[in-house]
Formats: sequence, C-alpha cells, structure tokens
Amino acid sequence: MNQTQNILDVTKEQSEKKLMLEIVDLRKSFGNNHVLNGFNLELFEGENLVIMGKSGSGKSVMIKCLVGLMQADSGSIKVMGKDITKLNRVELDNIRTEIGFLFQGNALYDSMTVRENLEFPLRRHKKKFENLTDTTPLITEALESVGLAHTVNLMPSELSGGMKKRIALARALILKPKIILYDEPTSGLDPITSKEIIELMRRVQKQYKTSSLIITHDVDCARVVSERMILLVDGTNYAEGTFTELASSNDEQVKAFFK
Amino acid sequence: MQKNSAIKSFFIEIGELTYFAGRFFKEVFSRPFEFKELLRQCYSIGNRSILLVGVTGFIIGLVLTLQTRPTLQEFGAESWMPSMVSISIIREIGPVIIALTFAGRIASGIGAELGSMRVTEQIDAMEVSGTNPFKFLVVTRILAATIMLPILVIFGDAIALYGSYIIENAKGDVSFVLYFNKVFKALEFSDLIPATIKTFFFGFAIALVGCFKGYNCKKGTVGVGKAANSAVVYASMLLFILDFIAVFITDIFFEI
Ligand SMILES: Nc1ncnc2c1ncn2[C@@H]1O[C@H](COP(=O)(O)OP(=O)(O)OP(=O)(O)O)[C@@H](O)[C@H]1O
Ligand SMILES: [Mg+2]
Repeated sequence: MNQTQNILDVTKEQSEKKLMLEIVDLRKSFGNNHVLNGFNLELFEGENLVIMGKSGSGKSVMIKCLVGLMQADSGSIKVMGKDITKLNRVELDNIRTEIGFLFQGNALYDSMTVRENLEFPLRRHKKKFENLTDTTPLITEALESVGLAHTVNLMPSELSGGMKKRIALARALILKPKIILYDEPTSGLDPITSKEIIELMRRVQKQYKTSSLIITHDVDCARVVSERMILLVDGTNYAEGTFTELASSNDEQVKAFFK
Repeated sequence: MQKNSAIKSFFIEIGELTYFAGRFFKEVFSRPFEFKELLRQCYSIGNRSILLVGVTGFIIGLVLTLQTRPTLQEFGAESWMPSMVSISIIREIGPVIIALTFAGRIASGIGAELGSMRVTEQIDAMEVSGTNPFKFLVVTRILAATIMLPILVIFGDAIALYGSYIIENAKGDVSFVLYFNKVFKALEFSDLIPATIKTFFFGFAIALVGCFKGYNCKKGTVGVGKAANSAVVYASMLLFILDFIAVFITDIFFEI
C-alpha cells in the first residue's frame, strides 16, 4: 500500500519531464521458461533509473528487447515516443544512435584496436555529425572522458578488465546518445575498480547530460547512482521507489536484495 | 525413438542451412557493400592458407609420381607420366585435397571466430551500432572464400606439378621444358574448366558452413569449440557431396 503511494508521488513529480523510454506489459518466454511476465518501465529525461533483479531474472533479456536485439512476445516498447517494434531497419538504426549500450561482457571487438572499436559506430552514422571528415577529435574526446586517451592504439586483449569496461563505455558514448543502457557495469570487477566505474558513470552523466537505465545487482552501485529503482522479481515489477525507501522496506523479498 | 529425433534434427539443420544460404543471396546484392572488409578477408584467408596449400600440393605431386612410376615402368610407359599425373591432379586430386585442407583451416577458423563473437555479444554490439553484422561478417567471408579457393587450387596444382617434375627429373632425367610440354599437350580445357568451376562451389560451401555454425553458436565456450569442430565435419561432408554432383554433371556435358 505504502509503496503504491510512493509510485504515485514519483510519477506526479516527473509528469512534466520528457519520457525517454516506456515499456508497457512486456512479455517474453523461451519455450516453457517465462522470463518476463508483464514488465513496465518509464525513464524520464535526465534520470538515473536502477533495475535490480536476481541472476537469471531476465534483466539482460529486457534490455535486449529494448534495443530490438530480441523480439518481445508482446507489449509495447517506446524509445523517445517511437514504438521500436513497428520501425523498419533504417528507422531502427537511427533511433539506436540515440542509445548507448554498455554490454554485460563489454563486447569489445577483439580483432580491432581501441581506435577501430570506437570508430565502428561512426561508420554508418557519420551523418549525425555534420561535416565529419576526421574522427580523431571525437575519439579523443570520448577516450579522455573515460581517462584512457593513451590506449588508443592498443588491442582489447592488452587491457585490464576495468580498462575494457571504460573503453566499452567510451564506445557507447561516441555517438553522443541521449540514453545510456548499462548492463551490470560493475560485475566481475574488484570493489575499488567498481567504485571508479561508478564515479565515471556519474561524471559521464553530468558531462553528456544523458538519461540512464542501470541494471545491476550491486547494492553499492545502486546506492550511489540511483534516483529511482525498480525491483524485478518473477518477470514483473515487484517494488519501486528510491533507494532509501526500498532499503527500509519490511517486505522479505525486498529485504533480500539489500543484504 | 532416439534415431528418429536424430534424423529429425539433421533435416532441421539442413533446412536452417538452406535458409542461411538464402539470406546470403538476399543480402549480397543489397546496399551498402562492405568492399574494404571483403578485401581484408580475401587477404586474411589467402594468407592463412597459402603455405598449407603449397605444402599439400607439393606432397601430392611427389607422392603421386613416386607411387605411379614403378607401375608405368613395368609397361615401359614412363613417358606417359606427365600427362597421367597432370590430368589426375588437375581434374580431381588437386581440387578435392586442397579444398579439404582449406576446409580444415578456414571452416574451423571462421566457426571459432564468429562463434566467439556471438558468445561475447560482439555481433549484438555491431547490430546496435548500425552495421548489419550478417553483411559485415558473413557475406564478406563467404565471398572471400569463394574467390580465394579457386586461386589457391590453381596455385596448389602448379606446385603439385612442379613436385612431380622434380621426381621425374631425378629419376627419369626429364627436362623442365619437355615435362611441361607434355603436361600442356595432355591437358584440355575440358579438364581445367569444370575443375575450376567446382572449386568456386567448394569455397562457397566451406565458408557457408563455417559462418552458419559460428553465427548461430550457442552460449558458452563449449559452444565455440563445438561450432569450430562441427563446421569442419559438415564442410568436408558437403565437399564430397558437391564433388560427386560436379563429376556427374561434367560427365554428362563433356564425355558424351
Ligand atoms: N537466447 C536465449 N535462449 C533461451 N533462453 C534464454 C536466452 N537468453 C536468455 N535466456 C534465459 O532467460 C533467462 C534470463 O536471462 P538473462 O540473461 O536476462 O538474465 P539476467 O537477469 O541478465 O542475469 P545475470 O544477472 O546473470 O546477467 C535465463 O533463464 C536464460 O536461461
Ligand atoms: Mg544479464
């Protein structure tokens, strides 16, 4: 009851802001494995929304449906007002330039140098920047914002885990997207490197003025970056609210997330 | 029961491979074309297999000549050596054995490469950054192998003939000019052309299977190993089937 009240308050407060992402009643199954059973989400401009859920709860599946990498069984997915399930290839590619995607496993192209990795999104989307003849300034800017300008000619295999994460973030930023999707940005990193990545996410947020959807099961990460949170249990929104609200909840399932 | 499901999954696999090939033909003719990547793949495929093809060709030439020589000698027909060896190499042994070594090298290479790109989400990353991964990865590799295998087979055939000449020269004192004069007298276009045409199909099939296995790789490192391994097995099987069809067709058109 209390939580429903909170949701209402939050929505009222943000109703004037622009809606960047909207998912309504998303469903997705693999055979008999019903992963998402009516998931809803709203992300407003400039907001940091954290989604927490257990391993295997379908967070990555949800985020992949969001960018059209997977087909949802039903439900609507709107990115900046456009329903991505109804777009053709070109329109979909155009809307994807507004979304930066940080993959769970970085997904750096390991046969290419850092520079070529960052240039890759620019191959087809130069038109987003008028009169782009030299990509070097863009690449330098993105690398400097993650503090790794000196690695431009290295191969991904020559980088540490934390560095790879930063390069992947730089690649997600290269097209200056309005929305960034982080799929477990701190998983597999030691606590100190995690802190650095979290710090970096906040800096990037300010510098690029993006709206972010952050998927994580790292409580520290959620505490620092979240403005609002959704807990994903059994394929639906189990609870929503700010970090402090959820962390002080009496519900057993919710408590389990913050142990 | 189990046998039934194995047969069923075999036919499902064939269906999916056909669909994959169909997608290739649909995407190969549509813009944008990835010329730079195609050239890079041609170079990489050629570079990776040229030494192997050279060595294989050389050994085919040596062994074939060494083993045939005593028999021909018995009938006093050593002078037939160059024509006999060249026809068997150009028509059948060269293309098939070189394609098999090529399959071992390239199908598994492509299977492992695309498989690990699939597993580590690099293919998804390409998709979201506006590049069609099927065009960029699959179309370029299949085209490159289709172009490169015929060239490699011609190169390997030449090396094989040279290997055969070395034996002839050592054992029978035949000169270079005499040897290759005999070779070219024996060969006709009806030997060379069907043999070359079929290598295009071999190259296509090898890369197609490698890409199919890698692109549809299942999650996990086990999946990558499986993709690489089954790519070689399927590619070799497909090669023999294609070869049978090619010989059959050649027989109809050239021999009657
Ligand atoms: N391509 C697929 N085919 C079949 N099942 C899949 C596929 N992708 C995901 N699943 C299933 O969907 C469920 C959710 O997977 P997902 O990767 O979204 O989990 P997650 O919440 O991201 O977990 P983690 O925190 O470990 O990354 C799992 O049970 C998984 O087995
Ligand atoms: Mg995940």
